[in-house]
Amino acid sequence: MKYVDEFRDPQRAQWVLREIEALVERIPAARTRPISIMEVCGGHTHSIFRYGIENMLPDRISLVHGPGCPVCVLPMGRVDDCVALAETPGVIFTTFGDAMRVPGSKKSLLTARAEGADVRMVYSPLDALDLARRNPSREVVFFGLGFETTMPSTALTVLQAEREGITNFSLFCNHITIIPTIKAILDSPDLQLDGFLGPGHVSMVIGLSPYEFIAEVYRRPVVIAGFEPLDILQSIWMVLKQLAEGRVAIENQYGRIVPPRGNAVSLDAIQRVFELREFFEWRGLGSIDHSGVRITAAYGQYDAERRFSVPALKIADPKSCQCGEVLKGAIKPWDCKVFGTECRPETPLGALMVSSEGACAAYYQYGDLSKLSRRAQP
Amino acid sequence: MSASLDTVRRRSGTVREPRVTLAHGGGGKAMHDLIEDVFLRHFTNEALAPLEDQARLDLAPLLALGDRLALTTDSYVVTPLFFPGGDIGKLAVYGTVNDLAVGGARPLYLTCGMILEEGLEIATLRRVVESMAAAAREAGVQIVTGDTKVVPAGACDKMFINTAGVGVIDAGCRLSAASCRPGDAILVNGRLGDHGAAILNARGDMALSTPIESDCAPLHAVIALLLEAAPGTRFLRDATRGGVATVLNEIAEASRVEITIEEDATPIGAEVRGFCEILGLDPLYLANEGRFVAVVPEDAAAAALEALRAHPLGKGAVRIGTVLEGRAGRVVMHTGFGGHRIVDMLVGEQLPRIC
Repeated sequence: MKYVDEFRDPQRAQWVLREIEALVERIPAARTRPISIMEVCGGHTHSIFRYGIENMLPDRISLVHGPGCPVCVLPMGRVDDCVALAETPGVIFTTFGDAMRVPGSKKSLLTARAEGADVRMVYSPLDALDLARRNPSREVVFFGLGFETTMPSTALTVLQAEREGITNFSLFCNHITIIPTIKAILDSPDLQLDGFLGPGHVSMVIGLSPYEFIAEVYRRPVVIAGFEPLDILQSIWMVLKQLAEGRVAIENQYGRIVPPRGNAVSLDAIQRVFELREFFEWRGLGSIDHSGVRITAAYGQYDAERRFSVPALKIADPKSCQCGEVLKGAIKPWDCKVFGTECRPETPLGALMVSSEGACAAYYQYGDLSKLSRRAQP
Repeated sequence: MSASLDTVRRRSGTVREPRVTLAHGGGGKAMHDLIEDVFLRHFTNEALAPLEDQARLDLAPLLALGDRLALTTDSYVVTPLFFPGGDIGKLAVYGTVNDLAVGGARPLYLTCGMILEEGLEIATLRRVVESMAAAAREAGVQIVTGDTKVVPAGACDKMFINTAGVGVIDAGCRLSAASCRPGDAILVNGRLGDHGAAILNARGDMALSTPIESDCAPLHAVIALLLEAAPGTRFLRDATRGGVATVLNEIAEASRVEITIEEDATPIGAEVRGFCEILGLDPLYLANEGRFVAVVPEDAAAAALEALRAHPLGKGAVRIGTVLEGRAGRVVMHTGFGGHRIVDMLVGEQLPRIC
């Protein structure tokens, strides 16, 4: 495929890998321990596994798979709310496909559908709005989910509904925002990270300036990375180069997509429709201040939480689940007590086993565990 | 008067209603009309003609073909009923023919059980039956007995078809998933994932317009060529639901071997690659209806490929991998990028990723 194959060229990969190995030699800390780099975004995690990037890297680089899979970090209580909405008579509940399998405290949306709820998979919030247009006697609820990547399309859909005067459409808003979460990880006492690959598509919307505190306050390099395998290798090389040169900066490897100031139209739509919540609950990480958004009062009629009664109960993560420690890079997925035993992709306990973008599911599905666990020995 | 009434009574065998009703499954005249006008019009052969409750098949000619019967059954519930490159009727014939063929059997007879939803257009049913008859002719099999039921609207999705198939296996043929040995070559007969992508696309909810057509085809002839050129072939399986990834895992498990495949050697059409790229799907897990995996001894690989490529349904045949001693049950893919990853069984349904 033109425009994609260039970013998957194995010869160039070998060349970048040689450069990476040379750079690692120049980083003093690498002599005593592996250099840990977190990719924040689930899309990167997916690419890393799909192309087998982790086992191409030198042993002294350890990739930590971050919290950037919005499906994974959704807490059980919110899934229970989805199920309650879906089971409300007259409701057509619409969702992105990979949210269907996320377990709630009693069931997933997939189970709710099997039991008779009208749950439909859509590929865009506009598809949900279209369902509302075509089913005027039903209430169509869209399950809004994701970081700043998917927030603009949801916001624009709400604005479109308002323009058309569609009254049977509403949004169950579970959008989350990445910056407070990165800050929460950086503030954690057991943090062991040397640098970050920043999320490409989120940054396309928010630009580079929101990351500056990571360099200024926490002294960690950030490289905004693309999703093709060569993008990822080059971004790792850029993080290592900063470490080798003793610099910290926010750099943009994904310049072909990410404008330094972000996307003004998207940001404007987000600001009109959404406002920060005081806090939002994350599976595996607990409550994080200002990490979620809700619909502003001006668009309250499109807010499913105001329109329907949702149980909104807080359900604690299963005790045996160690997703939080995996997310912070404190342990590797296979070190978790329930990895592959009680917690498996078909019956996930923890957030990271839920979606193919979750680190644990990715290891379970794609990982060569014998080799990786050997590499992880200090 | 009475003479003309008799004429009217005898004028049975024509369905005039535009849609299937519960009466068409009721066992009465409406059902007989449906059978005569829709099914018998297209399915004609000696075994079916007497319309007994069972097909009666002579043993002697079967014995001349081999030493074992192969018997298989499969149900077809695809939606939409018609899609680029095929329809549910064609699928119901070729799918069962292929299940026989990959066991090394020569497919001979099929049954046809249909469950119809009340309200289905008769014209649609006619189209499907015509397509089944054409597919059976193409595959050289006879549909020798059948059954029709009608269920109330909502109790099934338009129509479901079950076909069972009977074939005869040649005395020398011993194909088995457990017989693969380290060093064996793994072949496929052509581009992968076309059927799965065509169906997903035809459902229309992806709003993508691509020219992908189903690969739906009867495989017994190309398989016969393969078995003649490479009689030591260890194993064949059509890569239907779960795709090639699933078949490879089944082999690795049953033969207690490791399997390695090369991403660059795995034939995926440009449209299917693009389709998967956009939707976040893995083509290795997409269903095929005219593709199979063959495991042959290393020294027979060249002859097998040559034989496959001589047939239109095998002209895209390639070797995608090798059986290794390695770790039993594991399938590893060497990525074109230079890394490697495990190719595991699919968990649940393949759901598109959101971002």
